[in-house]
Amino acid sequence: MSTLTETDGGLGRRPEKHANVGAHLFLLALALYFLVPMWWLVVASTKDAHGLFSGTGGALWFDKTFNLFANLKELFTYNGGEYARWLGNSALYALTGGVGATVLSVTAGYGFAKHRFKGRDLSFALLLGSVMVPLTALVIPTFVLLSNLGLTDTIWAVILPSLLSPFGVYLMRVYVSAAVPDELLDAARIDGAGELRIFLQVAVPLLRPAIVTVLLLSIVATWNNYFLPLAMLSTSSRYPITVGIGLWTQQASSNNSGGQSLWSLIMVGSLVSIIPLIVAFLSLQKYWQGGLSLGAID
Amino acid sequence: MGWLFIAPFGVVFLAFLVAPLVYAFYLSLFSKGLATGTTFSGIGNYVKAFTDPSFLSGVWFVVRFSVVLIPVQMAVSLAAALVLDSLTTRLARFARLMIFLPYAIPAVIGALMWGFLYSPTFGPLQGIFSLFNAQAPFLLSQDNVFYGLLNVVTWQWAGYYMIIIYAALQGIDPTIYEAARIDGANPRQVALRIKVPMVSSALVLILVFALIGTLQFFSEPQVLIPISNGSITPTFTPNIYAFNLAFSYAQFNYASAISFTLGIVIFIAVYIFLFFNRKRGGLLS
Repeated sequence: MSTLTETDGGLGRRPEKHANVGAHLFLLALALYFLVPMWWLVVASTKDAHGLFSGTGGALWFDKTFNLFANLKELFTYNGGEYARWLGNSALYALTGGVGATVLSVTAGYGFAKHRFKGRDLSFALLLGSVMVPLTALVIPTFVLLSNLGLTDTIWAVILPSLLSPFGVYLMRVYVSAAVPDELLDAARIDGAGELRIFLQVAVPLLRPAIVTVLLLSIVATWNNYFLPLAMLSTSSRYPITVGIGLWTQQASSNNSGGQSLWSLIMVGSLVSIIPLIVAFLSLQKYWQGGLSLGAID
Repeated sequence: MGWLFIAPFGVVFLAFLVAPLVYAFYLSLFSKGLATGTTFSGIGNYVKAFTDPSFLSGVWFVVRFSVVLIPVQMAVSLAAALVLDSLTTRLARFARLMIFLPYAIPAVIGALMWGFLYSPTFGPLQGIFSLFNAQAPFLLSQDNVFYGLLNVVTWQWAGYYMIIIYAALQGIDPTIYEAARIDGANPRQVALRIKVPMVSSALVLILVFALIGTLQFFSEPQVLIPISNGSITPTFTPNIYAFNLAFSYAQFNYASAISFTLGIVIFIAVYIFLFFNRKRGGLLS
């Protein structure tokens, strides 16, 4: 009973003789529920402030004026182009944090699975325990620690804590145990390969699906993070997109006259900000769909 | 040699998990007063927290929220996964992706989208309700905010949980179903008596995720504060309270005590839960 095989939707596994109408209606209703907010966001992004609040087509349909391109232009020029800056910051934090967390998870997971050393079982128990610690509970003490070091309100205050991914290590250990045979490593050792070379050239190529999964999970976690950057950063030019949109929301709600046009920027800005991750998930689905079940196997 | 592979992660682990926890505990033992400066107060901050109505009301909220949210979320994701596992049509594959997609959307944006959809003046709800000459409920009002947030979080996470269960279901050897069918089991019995027990370790895992995530509830209510007309207060959840104590009132010692309490309480709750479910597999087996 291995769940390590990549799932492709189970084509041809259990052929259906007739389409089950009830099941399909259920799925259709579910898909609709999950899609409605996204559809609404697409529609809202095409409206100007007037259309957003008192347009003719209703909330779920287009207004008579199509304002998407004007909104986009305004989005990237508003307030000195701060939106583009936030987008760039999010990409920087998510890529460095995500890649870093993945590298640490792969090496540590491999070490736990394939090497014996003193204190291994104890440190792995410690790691498992830490999976159960809510990471947001660490934000405030981490803030005080980093502020003693003068590191708050720098990019490091967001990137460094994002490198921590105990669950990633756990996933990698499970996957390495199942996917990398000891015999293969021993054979490479007999051939005289060094440990680092064995890791990079023998183990890593076998771990590709798990690496993509852990990478996507860590990138999503950093890209979507709100509490950590909100606490750490006070200069708005260092904000990631989540904190930036949150800031605009506050400004738009507190400022009723100028706020209305800001709302249409919040709409189109939200839409643009979710596109990169949606594209990443859609294009890499054959990897992560199998990888996500890793944590659930024995 | 093995230590060298662990060491890079170990450094990050010590610096950003162990050190903050220890430091939070240390900070929580002190109090800062305007006149007195920083003084050692022992467990004073913890005594204060457990008699502080603001903290306790936040705890009460996240506990109530978890008790309702987790069964709803698990029911939705399990039902979706079971149906998807039994179908191989194009619609099923499309639905699977659509249900999962909200996971890729930041909680901040998800909360904002729903906040707008809930709006009584320009959301779609009023349009639907006015067809029946009724007043649409405002799902962020004092009385409804619980359900409004319940919907946001279910929407955000059910798809992720569904994929975990679905992947586990896909890993079951199909010959088991064949055997059950020969023994006269109908599809419903196969689903409930064979599939559900066989993915129980996936169910335990997502329950743990949901529990940890809900008790540290922060982003969605925090983002909705400006449009909630005051029904989301600065003490709404323990994390929002700790955040405000630290960053609005500079009470870092008391905020650390709250953070530390939250972390330990969640840790113990999850540990106990996993301990009693250790035979079902998952993290502790």
